[in-house]
Formats: sequence, structure tokens, C-alpha cells
Amino acid sequence: MSETILKMQGIQKYFPGVHALDDAQLEVRAGEVLALIGENGAGKSTLMKILTGIYAKDGGTVELFGESVEITSPRDAQEKGISIVHQELNLMQDLTVAENIFIGRESERGLFLDKAEQNRKTEELLKSLHLDISPKTVVRRLTVAKQQMVEIAKALSYNNTKILIMDEPSTALTESEIEDLFTFIRQLKATGVGIIYISHRMNELFQITDRITVMRDGQYVGTVQTAETNMDEIVQMMVGRVIYEEPKSQSNVPEDAPVVLEAVGLESLEVKNVSFKLKKGEILGFSGLMGAGRTETMRLICGADKRTGGKIIVNGKEVNIRTPKDAVRAGIGYLSEDRKRYGLCLGLSVADNTVLPSLDMVCSAAFVNEKKVAVEAGKYKEQLATKTPTVKTLVRSLSGGNQQKVVVSKWLMRDCDILIFDEPTKGIDVGAKSEIYKLMNKLASEGKSIIMISSEMPELLRMSDRIVVMCEGRVTGELDIAEATQEKIMTFATKREVG
Amino acid sequence: MANKVKKLGENKLDLQKLLAPIALVILYVGFSYLCPVLNNVKFFSTDYLITILESSYYIGLMGFGVTFIIITGGIDLSLGTVMMCAALLGGYAFKSGWNLILAVILTILVGVVFGVLNGLMVAKLKLPPFIATLGTQMVSMGIGSIITKVQSQTWPVATAEVGGWFKKVFIRAEIFGIKGFPVGAFWLFGFFIIAALILHKTKFGRYTYAIGSNEEAARLSGINVDNWKIAVYALSGFFIGMSGLLYAAAYTTITPGTGNGREMDGITAVVIGGTSMSGGSGTMVGTLIGVFIMSVLKAGLSALGLQAPWQTFCTGLVVIGAVLLDIQRTKAANRVKKS
Repeated sequence: MSETILKMQGIQKYFPGVHALDDAQLEVRAGEVLALIGENGAGKSTLMKILTGIYAKDGGTVELFGESVEITSPRDAQEKGISIVHQELNLMQDLTVAENIFIGRESERGLFLDKAEQNRKTEELLKSLHLDISPKTVVRRLTVAKQQMVEIAKALSYNNTKILIMDEPSTALTESEIEDLFTFIRQLKATGVGIIYISHRMNELFQITDRITVMRDGQYVGTVQTAETNMDEIVQMMVGRVIYEEPKSQSNVPEDAPVVLEAVGLESLEVKNVSFKLKKGEILGFSGLMGAGRTETMRLICGADKRTGGKIIVNGKEVNIRTPKDAVRAGIGYLSEDRKRYGLCLGLSVADNTVLPSLDMVCSAAFVNEKKVAVEAGKYKEQLATKTPTVKTLVRSLSGGNQQKVVVSKWLMRDCDILIFDEPTKGIDVGAKSEIYKLMNKLASEGKSIIMISSEMPELLRMSDRIVVMCEGRVTGELDIAEATQEKIMTFATKREVG
Repeated sequence: MANKVKKLGENKLDLQKLLAPIALVILYVGFSYLCPVLNNVKFFSTDYLITILESSYYIGLMGFGVTFIIITGGIDLSLGTVMMCAALLGGYAFKSGWNLILAVILTILVGVVFGVLNGLMVAKLKLPPFIATLGTQMVSMGIGSIITKVQSQTWPVATAEVGGWFKKVFIRAEIFGIKGFPVGAFWLFGFFIIAALILHKTKFGRYTYAIGSNEEAARLSGINVDNWKIAVYALSGFFIGMSGLLYAAAYTTITPGTGNGREMDGITAVVIGGTSMSGGSGTMVGTLIGVFIMSVLKAGLSALGLQAPWQTFCTGLVVIGAVLLDIQRTKAANRVKKS
């Protein structure tokens, strides 16, 4: 067994009124990948924030290389050899890759910056990570996936990094990029760095981690050897129940179900001649790699972006959708993968968000009828089992899964029969995920028609009645759930146009 | 347990909401005590109260209007000069022989037109509000001077044969047997109630908050954000037209080329009142209190014998203090929310 390099014990953390961490512990060994998992709110992030000096702990000890230490600031953590790659990108969009990586530690020659030296160092670093990115590229021009890689490179650029924390590093990455990421991680392990890997994606944990530590409700649940466990056991540790389900074996939608939405030859800069049909009560999965144009297609359908060609037919009638307002009126509700940016007014209450698209329904004469707002919002809160103290609570304070439910209730209240879920479970923990799944199935069985974009194969296979696969802006294949397999989807998803 | 905690947090926030009213009371009591001692001026008197009221009319109307704009996440730097331009053009029309009622309507219309203009530039042409309204600031000041040929314009005084009612309707009149009753206060509070109802009770108000909180989410919710924004600027323009009218009624003579800097009175009042400059939050009551803090401060400092430069200096300190407070407030709110 290799040397223990980090030991956190009996960590306590209180926020006003919340006992966020109660006797949390964590042990990392040199040259291992330790998965840290738990539902949202389990205390993973808080624990990591204590480790990286963002929060001060209220109790317990941190031992680095057998010595008790106090970590006072993020900088202090860095100097002690602890680096973190945050889930959200923290790059400065208008600076170059090199400038981002060496921010705060710029190479200097006298009074001036030594850009050449800095670029050279960056080049070396990127090369050692097998990253094909020029140090002089402005970050804004990189894809999200590449930006993520730069972020990781930045964390690794601190020579003394002994412990690297990766918070959901794979969220924005495609399959092949994840492979690349895992390759780095393996290289890094070999140099004796201890890696804390936070992820919701179970299959990744089994590919890359050595041990798995599970947290629940701010407490340490246990640690298991990855090789000696299985998904069910871990999920059970996390939530105390078995939830893993098998893929759907056949479509729930009758052959002759009416078509509620038909897209014919949709065109825009990123979307090329996309056509598909959505039937009543169907969950239509959309698969594809990053940049396949799935989100872009859906944004055309919901009027968020400009369409340069094609027709949208709703319930047999062509509708001219030019603005989101037109789409909403046609009964199409879009649930963005980026809820915070496109889905919710975080600073407003659950009730205000719920009634936003359908304010007319709760107005008496010129005025908004507060009572009605509360009643309607309350109704959807009950129906969707949204966990919120009251409907007056600010949406900001809800967890990801519950925020997602608020977005759903927005569209349900607006009577939207076509719901487009873009990565509905992104950043949502396992327990809440299964609730979202249940909800989607319930909606479909009630006659709502659902389009679900997802990058997670198991999710697609489990939820969809039919799967449309896209690649580089085109539809490259369509599979009935009965015949769909991960391999078939992958084949279509990589079927690039030649020439 | 969790509920109890939430309540505790909310109480703390409530206390912070009370800070502005408390500051207002402290200021007023402070000046009432200090002025007689230091400058032999009786600050705590009906006369001074009326002075305070009258200097809050135009700040108030401006503040009510710009509260909407700031809640959408915008800003209006043209408040002061548009107000002056409206008052100038109205006065000019009156002097040129227009009926006073028409001149009054024109004054309000000037405000609305500039509001719509700002709205169009911000919503349709996608100019940043700061730049768009900075342009309007200069344009409106220019227009006021050009049309009046840089002549001061005088609105009718109370004793005037024609239009003597102007001051009686908007500023002071003898009613309830009281001479010099500040009727302007009716306008101030009347419009306060209207503004508060619109902001807090109507669809218009909801959309104002929604746009300021997350414009893109509002758009994707099927709200025609552009049109609502234009409406917000237009409504604000109406209030600014009204403020021009009350300014004219209070100060009678309007000089071209002025008004620059007065927008800060309005904006400051809104900020002191707790409306966040980043949009999405704020209340009309807050703005009203901010307005009174501004006018008490102005009246109080001049009663102490400290003139304009001191007033500017102190207002600056108050703004910084108010924003610091706002940051603390946001921090406290976020801290409670962390789980």
C-alpha cells in the first residue's frame, strides 16, 4: 500500500443554521485516483473548499504528508501542493492559453512580460499532456472541451502539485476527449500525484478510480476499493436504495400515434437539413457528440436562434416560429442544459419563475393575483414533488434537480405539450436523476411529447422510445429503442460526411 | 429545524432592510438637533419640512422612473437633462403663446419621447444603456438650448394673470384653510403609489424583474423582451416628464444647458433605496426612502450653512455607504442560501 499523503479527519463546518459537514473524513494516497461521490448537498464541494482554503473549517484536522497543517487561503493551498480544477470554467475568455495558465505567475524580464518564454513553457506543458492547442490561441476561440483541458493543464502547471482535485471534469467532454483525459490521469498517477475525482458518472468511476469514498448529508459513509464493488453497492451507499434500472427494451408508443411535431429540412449555420418527427407520448432521444448540432437544432425549434431554412409543423399545421414567443404559443417548451443561464431567473422566487410564461393566466384585470400565483405554483410544486420550503423561496437556493423541476412546472403551467429537455440530468445527483426520469416517463404517459438531448448513453437507452443521432449538424441515423445499442449509436455519431 | 433557520436568516435580512429608514430618521433627528446649535437654524419646523418635501419632488419622480430601468439591469444617464429639456420646451411653448395645458402636456411628452428613444436604442439597436443614454443626455441638453436659443424660460408664477393656477396645482395652494399647503406632495405620493402598484402588482412589474434577473431566460419563456424594455424606458420617460413639470413649478425659471449631474440625484436615491445596480431586485418604497434621505441631506447641510460643494461631498459618502451596505446585504443573503 502506498503512502498516505492527505488525511482529513473529523472535519466540521457550520453555515448559518446548517451543519454542512459533520465528522467528514478523507484519505488520499500517493499515486491513486480517489473518487469522491455523494448526492448534491452531501458536502463534497464544501469539503473540497475547506481543503483548498476557500472556507475555514470549524473543527477537525488536516494532515499533509503526516504533518498537521492549516490551509488559510487558495494560494496557501496551491503552495502546499493542492490544486483544483473547478467544475465551472474559470478562464479569462479574452486572454490566450498561455496567459491563462500563467496568470499570477507571469514570466518577466525586468519590468516587462516575457511572452516568448511564457509561450515556450506553455507549449512544453501542453505537449507533455498531448494537447494539440497553440499557447497563443485566445481562449474564447476554443471549444468548451478544449477549455476544460486548458483548465486541467493550468492546475498541473504548478510543479509542486501533489494533490489534484477534479470536480466533474468530464461534464463538457466528448467520449474521445474523456479517453484523453483518462490518459493524462494515468500518466499523472504514475508520477505519484494523488487525485481526487468528483463525478456523477458512474461508469467513469469504474474506469479510472482506485478507491471510492462516499459522502451523504455532510457525513462520511465509507470507502471501498473500486475493483471490489459494483454500481448498485455504491448507489446504495449514496442514497440508501437501489435505483439502477435496465435499458428500455421496447417503445411505449403505438405505431399509429399522431405526429405532434415535425421538422423538415431545418437549416442554420450549425444545422444542416435536419428533419425528424415526434409522436404524441413519445420520448425521442437525441444523441451525438459534442458539437453535433443537437442543441442548435432545438434552439431553432424554440425560436431562440434564427432559422435560415426549413419548416416546423406542429399538430399538422405549419407554424412560423421566429421568436421564443411563437414557440411557446405553439406549445413548445425548452428546458436548457444551462438552467441558470437560459431557464431560470435565479433571483426570483419559485412561484414567480413558475408563472413567468403564463402571467396572463394569473392576472385579474391589470394586476397580478398573488393568491392565484401561490396556488398555481403550489399545485405544480405538489405535482412534481419539488423540494422547496415554500413557493416564495428563491430559486437560487434550490438544488439542481429541484431547479429543473421548477423549469418543468413553468412549461406545464403554460400547457406546453411538447417539451424539449436538453441534458435534463446534467449536474444532477443520482437520486434526483431517477426522479427526473420518473417525471419524464409520467409526462410522456400523460400524453406529453418529449425530446431529450443527452450525452449519456445509458440515459438515452433507458429513457427513449426512439433515438435520433446527429453528427456535425446533420441527422446521421435513427434507431428504434428495440434495435438501439451503444455501438450502433456511436457508429452513427461518428459518421462524418466525407469531403 | 431547517425552517426555523430560514426564518432566522430572513429576520436578519429584514433588519437590514430597515437600515435605510433608520438612517433617514437618524439624519432628520441629527439635523434637527445640530442645526439650532451650530447655525442657529430651526431645522425641526414646518417650513423646513416643506423645503425638504419640495426638493424631493423632482428627485422622487426621476427616482420612481429610473427604478424600473435599473431593475431591468439598465441605467439612464439622461434623466437630468431630459427633465430640463422637457421643462424648457414646455416653458418655451407657453411663452410662444401655447395654452398652458398644452404646454404641460408637451412637457410630459418630451419625457416620453426621449424615453422611447432610449428604449429603442437599448432594445432594438442593442446599444449598452450607459452609452445610449449618455448620448441622449447630450442630445437633450443640446435640443433644449437650440430650440430656446439659449434663453432662460420662465413658467407662470402664482400671481400671474395667465396660468396662475400652475403653481397652485403643482406646488402650493391654499387648501384646508392652510396657506401655502404643499400640494406637490399629493403628486409625489400619488405617483409613488402608481409606480409601486405597477412595479409590484402588475405583469409589467413582473417582467421588469424577470428581465433584470435573467434576460435570456425571460426571452426563452416567451416574453417579448425588446418590447417590454422599450415600454420600461417609455414609462420612465413619462415620470421624467412629470419631474420636469414639478421642477418647473418649484423653481419657475429654467436655464438652458443645465440639468447635467441631476440624474445622479435620482440614481443615487434609487441605489440608497437598496435597488441593485445589477438588476433583478429593488423596491419602490426603498426608492422613496432614498429620495427623502437625499433631500433631508441637501436641506440639512444647507441649514448647517454648508453649501453645494459640501452637499456633493456628503452625498458621495452616502452613496458609497449605501452600496457597501448593499454588498453586505447580498453577502448575508447568499450565506444563508449556501447549504
